[in-house]
Parts: sequence; C-alpha cells; structure tokens
Amino acid sequence: MAPRDASAVTEVVRTGSLAARPVGYRQRWRHVDKSVFLWLFLIGVLLVLVINPLARLFWVSLQHVDTGALTLENYVTAYGRWRYLEALVNSLVLGLSVAVVCTLFGVPMAWAVSRTDMPGKGLVWAAILGTFIVPSYLGAVAWILLAGPNAGWLNRAYMWLTGAAAGPFNIYSMTGLVLIVAAYSFPYMFVFTRSALDMISSEMEDAASTLGAGILRTTLRVTLPLTLPAILAAIIVVFLEAIALFGAPALIALPGRFQVITTMLWQFFEFPPKVQVAAAYSMPLLAITVGLFWLQRRLTGRKGYVAMTGKGGERRPVRLGKWRWVMLGYCLFVTSLSFFLPMVVVLQAAFAKAWGRGFSLDNLTLHNVRFVLVDQPLTKAATLHTFVYGATAAAIALALALCIAYIVQRRLVPFGNALSFLAMAPFVIPGIVLAIGFYAAYTQPPLLLYGTAWILILAFATRFLPIAYANSDAAIRGINPELEDAVRILGGGRLMAIRRVVMPLLKRALAGAFILVFIPATRELSAAIFLYTTGTQVLSVLLFDKSDEGNFEILASIGLILVVITVALVMLGFRLVGRDFMLRRTSA
Amino acid sequence: MTKLTLRNVSRTFGSVVAVDDFSLALAQGEFVALLGPSGCGKTTTLRMIAGLLDPSAGTIEMDGEVISSPGSSLPPEKRGMSMIFQSYAIWPNMTVAENVAFGLQVRRVSRAETRTKVEQILDVVQMRHLRDRYPAELSGGQQQRVALARAIVVQPAVLLLDEPLSNLDANLREEMRYEIRRLHDEFHITTVYVTHDQAEAMVTSDRIAVMNQGRVEQVDEPRALYARPRTRFVAGFIGRTNFLDGEVRDGEVAFDRFAIGLEQFAEAPALSGRVSFSLRPQSIRLLRQRPPASSGSSAIPGHVVQRAYLGEHWDYVVRPADSGLQLRVTARPHEVFEVGETVWLEVDPRQMAHIQ
Repeated sequence: MAPRDASAVTEVVRTGSLAARPVGYRQRWRHVDKSVFLWLFLIGVLLVLVINPLARLFWVSLQHVDTGALTLENYVTAYGRWRYLEALVNSLVLGLSVAVVCTLFGVPMAWAVSRTDMPGKGLVWAAILGTFIVPSYLGAVAWILLAGPNAGWLNRAYMWLTGAAAGPFNIYSMTGLVLIVAAYSFPYMFVFTRSALDMISSEMEDAASTLGAGILRTTLRVTLPLTLPAILAAIIVVFLEAIALFGAPALIALPGRFQVITTMLWQFFEFPPKVQVAAAYSMPLLAITVGLFWLQRRLTGRKGYVAMTGKGGERRPVRLGKWRWVMLGYCLFVTSLSFFLPMVVVLQAAFAKAWGRGFSLDNLTLHNVRFVLVDQPLTKAATLHTFVYGATAAAIALALALCIAYIVQRRLVPFGNALSFLAMAPFVIPGIVLAIGFYAAYTQPPLLLYGTAWILILAFATRFLPIAYANSDAAIRGINPELEDAVRILGGGRLMAIRRVVMPLLKRALAGAFILVFIPATRELSAAIFLYTTGTQVLSVLLFDKSDEGNFEILASIGLILVVITVALVMLGFRLVGRDFMLRRTSA
Repeated sequence: MTKLTLRNVSRTFGSVVAVDDFSLALAQGEFVALLGPSGCGKTTTLRMIAGLLDPSAGTIEMDGEVISSPGSSLPPEKRGMSMIFQSYAIWPNMTVAENVAFGLQVRRVSRAETRTKVEQILDVVQMRHLRDRYPAELSGGQQQRVALARAIVVQPAVLLLDEPLSNLDANLREEMRYEIRRLHDEFHITTVYVTHDQAEAMVTSDRIAVMNQGRVEQVDEPRALYARPRTRFVAGFIGRTNFLDGEVRDGEVAFDRFAIGLEQFAEAPALSGRVSFSLRPQSIRLLRQRPPASSGSSAIPGHVVQRAYLGEHWDYVVRPADSGLQLRVTARPHEVFEVGETVWLEVDPRQMAHIQ
C-alpha cells in the first residue's frame, strides 16, 4: 500500500523553498464566489426601499416649496398654527387613553385565560382572534352603525327602552374614538401579558401563599409585578399603534370636527399636496415612535425578572369559585365591543336593503355583495388589486427578508448588522410616514413610480418587511450551516445549496411568514391612502373613499369581503403552520 | 507524489490566532489525522483545506496549484473534495439514496451510472436496504454510514473528516474506526481526519499531526509518535508517560539521585546541558533482584509507593531510592509487589524519548 511507503511518508514541506505561483487576475476571477453579485443587488434594493424614502422625507422637509432651497420654513408652517398643534396634542391624548383602556381590557382577560379556571376560555380565545381579524377601520364603520347619534343601534335601543327623545351615545367624539381604537388594540396587550403569565410557575405563587397571602394579595403582589415588563412593553405598542392609525380616526374624528396627527397629514395632502409641510409635520410622529420602540426594547431586553426565563414548574389554575362567571362576563363584554356586536351589525348591513330597517327577512338581499364583487367595475378591480398587490408585496418582502437574513446569518458580507438593522427599521416607521417618504422619493424621475401599482406594492413590502425578516431570521437560525457546506464541498455552489436544501427545509416556515405578511398587506390603509391613484385602488382605500357617501350597506360589504379574505388566509396558515402561528410574539 | 500541501498557513479570528504557521504535505492516497485538544485549530485547518474559510496567511496547494491564499480562494464547490461533518449534515429533505446520489448529479453523471454507483456504495457501507428511508428515521450510526457513502461515492480528490465519530456511543465508535480505515484501504482516497481521540487517530491514520494551540507539535507515524514523542505536549497527549529531567555532565545524564551513562542513549550526540525525557510506564520493568548488568539497560533501586490492580494490568508508582521522583510503571497481572517493597527498576535508555 503506497501511503505507508517511507519516502512518501517522511516528506516534509521545505518551507519557502518552492515558492507558490503568483495569483493572476484570471485565477482571482475563478476564485470569486459569483453569488456575491446577488448580495450586492439585494443591498441596492434595500437602499431603494428603506433608505431613499427616509432620506427624501428629511430632505423634502427642509426644501422650500417653490424654489427648492434649503429652509426651515416648512417647520414654521407646520407648527405655526394652534390648529396644527392641537392635532398633536389630540394624538397624545388618544394614545394615552387607548393605552389605559387597553390595559383595563387586556390584562384581566389575559390573567383569566392563563391562570384561572374560568369557563369558556375557547370562546374568549376565538373572539380575540376574531378581533385581530377585523380591520380597525371596519370596526369604526360598525361602531358608527352602533353608536352614531340618533340612528345608531345602541341609541335606538336606549330610546325604545326609556322613551327618551335622543340617545346618549355619540361615536363622533374623542371618547368614541378611544373606545374603537382600544377595542382593536387590546389584543396586543392580551398576547403580551398572556405569554408573560404563561412563564410564571405556580411555585412562585405558592411561595407567597405559604407565607400567608391570599389569592388576591398573591396576584397583585407577585403575579402581576412579574408580568410588569411585558405590560409596559404592550402599553408602548398600543400607544404607538393608536397615534399612527389613520383609518379609524379619519372615519370618526373628521365628522366629529377634531384632528389628530394622521388626519392632519392627510389634509396637507389634499390638493395641492403640501409634501414639504407634511414631511416636516410627520417628524414628531417618527421621533416618538423611534424613541418609544427603543425604550420598549430595553424593557423587554432586561433579564432581571426570573419569570421571563424560568420555565418548567407545575402550573395550576387559580380557583375563582363563583367569581369565574363574573370574569367570563367581563371577557364577553370586552369582546362584544370589539367583535360580537360589530360583526353582527356589519353582517346585517352587508345583507340589508337598508340597514336602518333592521333585522327582518324582507330586508335581506345579496345585492350589495353582488354589486361590490360583480356589478361595479371599480370595486371589482379593487378586489383583484387587493389580492394581487398583497400577494406580490408579500412575495417581495419575503424574498428580500430571506436573502438578507441568510447573508447576515452566514456572514457573507462584512456589514451584516447594518443590513439586519435596515430590514427591521420599517417596524418603527409609521405607515403614514413611510407613505410620505415614498411619495417624496418616487413622484419624479429617475424612479417615477407614483401612479403605478408598484409604489403601493413596494410600500406594502417595505412596511411589512420586518415581519418577514423576523420570521425568516428565526427559520434560518434553525438550519445547521454544515448542511450547506456539505452541498458546496460536493460541488454544488451556494445557490444550489439554497435551492436544494435550504428552501425545502424552510417551506413551512416560509408559507407561514408569507401569510403573516399577506394578511396585513390586504388591509393596509394608512400608506395606501397616500399612494393610490385612479386605477390602483384597493378595497381598504375604496371603503374609506365611499364613507363620504354614507352608503353603509356597500361599506359593510367591502369590509366583509376583507374579513373573509383574512379568515381564509388565517385558516390556511393554521393548516400549514399550526394553531399558534398568528399570535406568536415574533416581531416584538 | 504530493497531493496536498499546506504552506505556512495561519488563520486569525480578530485577535485570536487559531492556526499558526501550519505546514504539512500529504502524499497521494495518504491518510493523515490532525489530532489535538479542542480549540487547537484542527477544525479551522480542515475548513481552510475545504475552502470554507480563507487563510490569513500562507497558501494551500493541490496538485501543485494554489487553491487557497489570503484574499483569493477557490470556492469549495470547485475543489473536487468531499467532507464528513461532525453533525453528519445529512440533508433531512432527501432520502438516503438521494443524499448519496447528490454529488453524482452535480457532476452530471448519467442516471443509469448514478444508480449503479449509489447501489454499490450503499452495499459497501451496508445501507442498501435503507435506501428509501429519510434521515430522521435512521440511527446515528446509520446516518454516519450515509455520510461516508455520500462523501466517497464521488471519488473525491481529497476526503475531509471533521470529528465524524464524536456523536456516536463508545461501541459504535470503535466499530466505525475500523470501518473508516477499511474504506480507505479499499479506495485509497487522500484523507485528512480531524479528531481529539488518540485511539481513533492511531487506528485510522498513516501519519498523525499533533496540534496544540494552533501549531503543529509533531507529524509522524502512529508508532513513532508514541515511541519517540518530540515535545512534552505530544508525550503527554498520546498515552501516559513519565517525565524525567536531568543534566548532562561527565559522560553521564544525571537525574534526581541516579545517573545513566550518556552512551546508552539513542540520541547521545544531540544531548547537552539540561535535558528532558519521556519514559512510558510500559518501558520500565519491575524486578525483585538486581538484574545482571547487560549491555543497554540500567537498573535503579527503589520502593513501591502505591499500586492499583486494573484487571488487565497493574499500575505501580515507584520511587527510586532517595529520589523525589515518582515513576508510574505498568506491570502484567502476575507481577505482584506489595506497597513498601524494595524493587529494582530496569530501564532501557534507548526507549527514553528526548523531548523539548
């Protein structure tokens, strides 16, 4: 056997005696991993989607309206009037009130579902999932039907019961707006608090009870404080959600004759659009959001609380006795506000000849839904657009997120952290601010996208890129890099490794991520409203546009179609990924 | 004929030097193990050979052509090598047969030939009956065999193995050592085998490169490595040993309270000043009586300090008379001495390896 041959075996490298041949350009080129060009291309795409709109937003806010010269005049205009400042204050009031109401709604429900023997948990859970599925602007439409002055169902019920001449409820008020926004934001509070509660073992509570504390005392002194970081984080999230929301405030505040930041921005865009002022005016929104998200990260990043890391340990439900029915009543009350009552009135209106005529068989009709889906070319096109734009945006976001997560995880480029930061950055940019940035960046050459569907698609893709990125990142972390090394060493190249090994292994996770982006993309309103043009309407925009006409049967039908689309996607997600897929905390 | 040459290869990660001035040449068909404790840079070296990492300095050549140099390396897929990973890296989305066939498909081997080759190699590793299973349905040992088959079937220019047996249980590990050597004897593929287990390296390899803290300590055949370790680290890492420190003076090597004539040492001309030796416990004989003076061996009086019976052999600790040294001695089961008993240690100085 040759290798044992002494002369071969004892050969030792005489270092330096046999100089290595110099490496020529040809060989250098042969040595280059060609996939590097794909990574460079992706970085370019990220620049277009994230950096350029933001840079343009800042730039435009400093540009003179007519001359384009550098000026602070826009800021003076934006903050020079009491009316404009009042809108800022209103947004803060709205955000804080919503945070308080969400805490009152979400925390007791989370505790009841996670830690007690309350009956009907499945029903409560389903209703919360249902709340996630109803877009908040549809909720606003429903609440106009429920608590509009005089004609609203609740007012009519009150008048019928008491014989009074007028009902007490007026949804077109700050109180009304807070209620609606809170009703559609409290699920965040619920999910955050619940996942924190799920990590606390009963032993910690037992430790308190053995020292003589009762249930109430234990809960208030031990359990809740342990979940405090999660609750604070959720408060920040719902606050930010509330101040960045466009649909519900526009439907409620404008008829109620008050303004918030987002409706004010909308007004700056009325013809002729004052982009420069809008850009300047959006800066506080951006600053608050970035600042609070930073704070939120610090809160959840702190490891001081064992409850966040301590798993295991036995978990027993707290026995509530007869109070469990009270608890269930409370849960059903909250979900009635957010889900049951709105869905009933939306369904009624969607299938009614005239919603005001109430629940009777001769008032039933399929005409509205037919009108939206079949008869009216505009709404028919919008339905198609909703699907196509949403799916395209989800595909783009996912492809981009996947590639970025991959090159960052595999350290294929030296500045990976910067890329991952860029991919997550849209998470802290309110949709409406992003839209203004896109408008500022892409209404003129070289990239004239305004007026095409692409500006909507790219804006959606950018907005939901963080969802796609967080999911892709988690999925790729689960793949041992040696699986790809094995492909390469056998002659396969990196792209083949991705195609033959990485993609097949990621299929399920990616299907889930796709749906998680697709769902919000089909109902997105706050960016779409600034970027659509005639011919590129989507359902959400149409629903908002038609709200002027007061044709609530059509509005309800459009809303219902959106809900049906979402439900179908959620069901698909459940089948592909499992029950938990929508309510995981991946992004926060 | 030289197949693979590593010339002054170094690799740093930040300020950490993982591999430091590593040079090694492998002959065509040779099996070399990189042996060393964890963190000694052996896996880093292997990944540089594979092209999965670039060296920070030095070059790697295959068939006389530079394939790795700082800043410009031939990508792994163009090297015609194969590698077996610590995790096996069997693709979970493909069956056993698909895993094995992959490398052939990439090389555009015809369908019929691929089929035949896959069957053949699965026979060699005794996995043919499991050809349509998915990896999740296989045991660790079976996955290991698939990894071997997948790597060998393409007849690679160089085969790289990264701690391939470390995830197996002890019995299987012993079986697979012989399996790997058997496959090498059958296919004669130039092989680099990374391990921290000296027994694995000894069973499988033609030569072993012992690494420590990024540097090569010694490259030798297994027997030479054991019998003539050249550094303290190698002597201590490969098997058990006694270290003896002495000084050369007046034609003798003086140790603690005893001395041995310089002319008896194999490396006599090279010895001067302070010197250290490694002496294996098996190389010392224990005797009740002073042995007759013979050419070559020395006798030292001493007494037994400690003993342990391990079934296959005795472990004694013996202290030479008046000396501070304690020497470990391995004796056969029937060579029984009591603690405190006076004995003679018979030592052959030619078996004492001079170490740095």
